[in-house]
Order: sequence, then structure tokens, then C-alpha cells
Amino acid sequence: MTRDESENGPEDMLIDGNEAEAPGRKQLDAIHDEFNANYLRVYYGKLFPYSDMFKWMSYGNDGKHPACDQTYIGRREFSFTLVDDIYVRFQSFASLNELERSIREKCPFKIDIGPVYSVDPTKRHAYAQSGDNVFTPVERELIFDIDMSDYDDVRYCCAGADVCKECWPLMTVAIKVIDTALRNDFGFNHILWVYSGRRGVHCWVCDRKARILSNEQRACIADYFRVYKGNENSHKKISLSGLVLHPFLARTYTEVLKDYFEEKLLLSQNILSTEERYEKILDMILDETVTTELRGKWREKRRSSITKDINVIRWEQLKQLLHSGKHKAMGLRRCIEEIVFSFTYPRLDMEVSKHMNHLLKAPFCVHPKTGRVCIPIDPSNCEEFDPTTVPTLSMLLEELNRGYSRDDFTDELDRTSLGKSIRYFRSSFLQPLLRSCKEEMESSYNAKIQQSKNSLSW
Amino acid sequence: MQSVRAQRFHQNSDQIPSLPLYRSAPALEVRLEDFELFAIDRLRVLKAISDGLSRGKKPNEMENLVNDVWIENMRHAQASESVNKDIISHFVLRLVYCRTEDLRKWFLSMETALFRYRFMRLNSEDQKAQMAEFNLPYKSVGSAEYEGLKEKLGQVARSINQPLPSADAIFYKVPFEEVPELVACRKVYIHKGYAYVAMNQVVSLVVTQFRSHLSKALILTNRKWTSTIREQEKDRLAPIVEALSTSYLGPDYSQPRESGEIKIKDLDQIAKSSFPLCMRHLFEKLKEDHHLKHGGRMQLGLFLKGVGLKLEDALAFWRAEFSQKVGAERFEKEYAYSIRHNYGKEGKRTDYTPYSCQKIISSTPSVGDHHGCPFRHFSDENLRAALSRMGVGARAMEDVMDKVRNRHYQLACTLTFEAVHSSSCDAGINHPNQYFIDSQKSMQSKS
Repeated sequence: MTRDESENGPEDMLIDGNEAEAPGRKQLDAIHDEFNANYLRVYYGKLFPYSDMFKWMSYGNDGKHPACDQTYIGRREFSFTLVDDIYVRFQSFASLNELERSIREKCPFKIDIGPVYSVDPTKRHAYAQSGDNVFTPVERELIFDIDMSDYDDVRYCCAGADVCKECWPLMTVAIKVIDTALRNDFGFNHILWVYSGRRGVHCWVCDRKARILSNEQRACIADYFRVYKGNENSHKKISLSGLVLHPFLARTYTEVLKDYFEEKLLLSQNILSTEERYEKILDMILDETVTTELRGKWREKRRSSITKDINVIRWEQLKQLLHSGKHKAMGLRRCIEEIVFSFTYPRLDMEVSKHMNHLLKAPFCVHPKTGRVCIPIDPSNCEEFDPTTVPTLSMLLEELNRGYSRDDFTDELDRTSLGKSIRYFRSSFLQPLLRSCKEEMESSYNAKIQQSKNSLSW
Repeated sequence: MQSVRAQRFHQNSDQIPSLPLYRSAPALEVRLEDFELFAIDRLRVLKAISDGLSRGKKPNEMENLVNDVWIENMRHAQASESVNKDIISHFVLRLVYCRTEDLRKWFLSMETALFRYRFMRLNSEDQKAQMAEFNLPYKSVGSAEYEGLKEKLGQVARSINQPLPSADAIFYKVPFEEVPELVACRKVYIHKGYAYVAMNQVVSLVVTQFRSHLSKALILTNRKWTSTIREQEKDRLAPIVEALSTSYLGPDYSQPRESGEIKIKDLDQIAKSSFPLCMRHLFEKLKEDHHLKHGGRMQLGLFLKGVGLKLEDALAFWRAEFSQKVGAERFEKEYAYSIRHNYGKEGKRTDYTPYSCQKIISSTPSVGDHHGCPFRHFSDENLRAALSRMGVGARAMEDVMDKVRNRHYQLACTLTFEAVHSSSCDAGINHPNQYFIDSQKSMQSKS
């Protein structure tokens, strides 16, 4: 079981490789202007929403109903990344107090949430030896991780750790596609989308049905979403075979991908404007007559049109040629969709979703490299989300300082811009989830009572 | 109840009885010799299935293979005797293959495949009857609901190159969790958590049930074996059972031979001469980028372990490469742990086994990855270039590419081996470490 390497992965080359420079103390602080342990301490002291997180993780088991499992929350794994990258796994908390105290004391730079195990993870050693695998995950949300760096081969504006207004919409597209499918196709209802703090989004599916999925079932859901199958060594990375598209892919194309590609991406990424770029597209068309004809048209001197962007013109020419009667070969049938899919379709990290024991960063953590808080994203309004305006640690602290007197506000939440996110978390996600947990608990409890009554009857 | 079923005679002895579900051990008497012989015959069937799968045979080829190999090994003049042998041999092999996780996994895969292909050969009446034996609580879709779904169901059919469903076609509405493979391949329409399964896809449903039941049964059998049976039977059945399990699975290369210890300074040279293409590619990329993503690290790392690279040398090797990109400190923090983990020195201390071809072929490399089987994932152009760098001549190249086109990736690799070493490889390549060992052998015998 390897650590979740997503955010601190090797893709971002940091400054610490060059020991010879020995930067002065001041310079180091300047680098981490947005984030340091002291700020974090205040954040954990005054802003982190402990009771909301605890209520969420308890899934209704923190109540007084006889059906409540008091051991439930204590069997959930948390892991902390402390200062100096010390990593502590298999933490657990039996009460809200314990959770709060531990986080405030240890001040973790990152908090990860793991599965609910069969027994308290801190006591796992007592069970691991029995050979019956009694220490094992029993519940875990269905999770997805979408990271912008997986799109590096189709975005020209940034690469690696960077994210900007031009490429962020790729995340918006991913959220729309996955969220719709999770609700419509799989019938899930309690879905939380969270900004990962720098360059991606996470998705937590919290329905009971989702939490009890086996690894194999998680893999099958991940495969349902998988369309992209290649890498730099293969030509065509997406192959949409079949006479028509599966309803899921067809809906995805007509409702989200097509418009986004033609109206936004084509222009903002200048996909066909230079030879190097259009050759990449031509590589995906496996018919030489078509590619030769297009190449011929495009190599001519660029006729600048006042009304239409060159990308739009060239895309229309490409579509026309592929749609025209002469090229109805099997391989070309879906070529246009394949191109659109390869640029815009969501790219999921399969490994994250497939295993119950995979750890994922907790919402409302602060990203150490950007200082931004991992706040929820409303999927029905995800076009409005702007990663560059997400509250940062220093911004929140400033707001706290300004709002000096508590009496200024009717609701404590409004002291900072974090309040909006916490409100959203509660009303759109947590409350409906807890309502549903309560109903489930009550109905299964009543069913059990009924059953035992029946078995007693003569 | 099972013994009654097993001894059920059919009116017409030509009629093939429905497939046994092996739900409970038969109350039959078996002679000790038959105990072993029946098991060996069944093992031949399972081994043939394993071979067929790793050679990339298509489903209809597998169906024929299973039919042939079953008739050859398991048929008996009397139908009732065939059924007895079927059931007895299955339960004997359960004892043999319940004892470790690897054995259980293999047995589960092969028995499930066997069941699947036997089920597919049944006519639809028999299939319906077989389905009924599973007692599944799923209803078929009523005509009103069907009207509303017809368009989408038709779309799905056309998307997988199947004919459009007829007006009176039967579809089963089942929770999507019951048909994971159909959902994963997008071969069904799903809506609000339910999958609409066509009659000809029902095999997926029953196979999932079969598999899940057998999986649980194997764990129980293991418990019983370790707690009571093994001791009781130590003079009678235990020796037979233990002998049966080691005879048919190929070596898994988890214990590198003492003579095969490899030093870091030899790596460059042996990579060029004896690594199969998949590992060569990873090795080259590692040298070029001073980095590999997780999938590549696992595939190459475990291979090197199988080749004989000791832990200390492995750490030194990976450190030398990675620290050029991420620095020695980050290497220690982020990567050293998982290398030690692979050698069984961390966490649950499992000594991981190097991946076989089957495993590698079925993996799915994505952006930035270099693992997986190059014969499967490389474009024509890239593959030809890589093979020619390995020394594959023009004529052999065409044979190899032909195998690739027909998706026989392991055969392509075998031909590559033969071309590069100018010697034949009769057994066929099933495992990268096997390629390495055979290559070293071939070179030694020439020098």
C-alpha cells in the first residue's frame, strides 16, 4: 500500500534540489508567503470545521438511536503529514473532542482520510497475524481524483503544476461529465466535489451503496469511465468503435464535450493554428487521402479572415472532409468524436478509485504549496468556480483580524469567506446525507425487529 | 440434496445435464486412486484454459478449446459417471488450491472461465434453466417499461456491433453491481443504478454469482483444511494434495536462483542482450528521464528482483537514477520505502512476485506511463523501430507484426526472442523473467 503521491509527486521540480545555494531564512519565508505553520495553527484554532467533518464521517452513528454503531467512527483511518514530511498513518478518533484535540496539537500540514476498517486501526496489530484477514477495510466512499497534469499533452497554456483560466475549464468539463453519470447512470445521490488546492478536483461519493462496493466493483465503475487508453508510444489514444456511441458517451459528447471543444478550447488553446499543433490532430486521422488534402489546404499562406478565427475555419474544413461521402471507411466513422474526446474527455487516476484502502486528502485542508483551502465545488454551478479566487490561508487570517468583534456578525461563519463554503457543505451535502443515513438506519432497524418478532411467533 | 442431484439419471442418456454448481460436497464414495486421477484430468483441463487465455485466444476459440479438452479428459461413457467425475474432481482440486492466496486466485480464475465457456455452449433453454438454479431475484423488464427504454437499448446494441433487440426481446433489470464486466465494457444500458441485461449477456450474471460463491467457499475450505483435515489426513490425502499443487503451475520467479545474482554494473549490458522489450523500454526510459511512474517502477522493479538484483543494489540503482531528477533526499523520503516494500521489508512483509505476461498485458498504461506490453500498446511505427534496435531483421519483423495484428502479443514476443537469439523458443514466452533466463542460457550455450 503506497502513499498517495498525487500532490507532492515528482512532476514538480522544487528548489531543494540545489543544496549549494543555502538560501537565507528570509528568502524561504518569502517562498511560503501563503503558508506557514503559524498561520496553519490559527486556521486549526479558529476555522477548520471539526464538527461538520465529524458528523460527516459518523454517517449518523454518533446519535442515540439503538441502531447506531458507536464503534463506527473509531474504525476510520486518518493519516497526518506533519512538519518535515513526517507521515503518520492509522490514526483514529472515537469522539469529536479527540479529533479536534489531535489536529490542534499536531497541526498537520495535510490530513488524509482512509477507509473504515473492521476494527480500530490503532489496534490492527492484534489482528494482523491471525491469517483470517480480520483487519480489513469494510467501508469506503467511492472516490475520484482528476489532476490537471494528466492533461499536459493537450494544453498549451501551462504545464505541470500550473493552472490558469484557459485550461481550468477542462476540470469543469470533467465535473459535469462524471457528476451526471454518477447520478443518472449509477443512481448515486450524495456526491461531494472538492477543489484539491492546486491543480485538480476530488470527488467523494458517499451513498451507502457506494461505501460498501468491493474493489472489483470500484474497478468496473472506473472502467466504465475510461476512454483514454494510450500514451506517447501509441498513435491513437482514443478508439471509439461501434456503429454508434454508447448512450453515456453520446450524451457526454452532445451535452458537454462538443460545444466546449468547438466554442472554447479550439480558440483558447489555438489547437490548429500552427503546423506543429495541427500535425498532432492529423496524426489521429488514419486516412492518408484526407490528411494530405488537409495538409495541402493548410500549408498555403495563412489567409487572415477578419470574421473567423483560423482554428474555427480549419476545424470546419476538417469536419466537412470527414463527413463528405467519399470517406465513409469504418476507421473514420468516429474520427471527429475521437479528436474531441481526446482533448476534452475526463482523465481519471484509475488507481485512486479502484482500491478501498487508498487514502485521499480531506476537504478543508490547506494546500502547502499554494495556501489555498480545499473547498467544495457546486457541480451544478461549476462553470462559475475560479481557482484563482479560492480563499488562501493568509487571506482568511487577515479577514479574522479585521472582524475584530464577534458581535459584528450575526453568524460566526460570516467572519471569513470560508463561511460560504461551509454553508454550502452543510446545506447541499451534509444535511441531505445525514437525513438519508437516519432513514436507512431506522428502516433497517425496524426490519430487524420485525424479523425477530416473526421468528418468535408460533 | 447434492448427492441426489449428482446421481440423478436422465431419461435420455444423450441429454447433457445442467452444469453442477458445486454448492456442497457430494456424499459419494471415491476410491483413493480415482481421487488423484480425477483431479489430474481436471487439472489438464484447467491448464489448457490457462494456456489458451495467455495466448490471447478469442472467446469462440476458447469455447471450442474448452469443449475439446473437456471431452478428451472428463467424458465418461455413462452420463452419470461424467457428472460424478466432474463434481469429485472439482472438490479434490478445491482442497489442493485453497491453501495460499496465489493458488486460490489461479483456481478461481480457471474454474470461472471453465464455467463460463461451458455455460455459453448450452442452448438458451438450458441456460434459462441454469439461471433458475441460481435463484436470482431479478425480474425481466415488462413491456411498458421496455417501450420507454427501447431506443437506448438499441443504441447500446449497435455500439457493440450487435443486432437491434426484437420487439419481444427479454431484458433483465439487475443492480449494476451484479454485472461488473458488462458495466466496465459499457455493454449494457444503466440507469439510476440498474443495468438492463440482454438474454445473451446473462452469462455475465451467472458467472459473477458462480465466482463470488466459489471465492467464499475456497476461504472456508482453507480454514477447514488447516484446522482439521490436514492433520486427520496426513497419511492418506495430504501427501496427494500437496503433490498435486506443485506440479502444474509454472515457476513464479519469486526466488531468484543463487547463481543468478546480478550486479549493478552488469545491468546496462544485460538489458541490451537479455531483457524482453517491455523491460528494455522501461529501463531505457528510466535512464533517459531519471524517473518512472508507479506502474513502471513496479513492473521493472519486481522484474529486476526476479533477475537477481539484491535489495541494497536495487536501492543504489534506483537512487542513482532518481536523485538526478528529484534529489537524494526526496528519493529516500518518497521512493525508497516502496522499493523495500517490494522486497518484503515493509508493511505486511509480502515478498511480491514479478509480473507475468498475462498481468502485464492486461495493465493499462496512461499518460506518462511506460509500462504494459509494448506489443499491445505501441503504434506500428514505434514498435518496428524498437524491434529493429533490438536486432530483429526484416523478415522476422513481418512475422512479429502479423502476430501483433492478430493480438497474439506473447507469440510476437516469442518470435522476437527467436529472431534476436537465432534460436528457437519452444515453450513460448509467458513471463519476462523466463525470457531473461532463456536468453542467458542461450548466450551461455553459444560461448
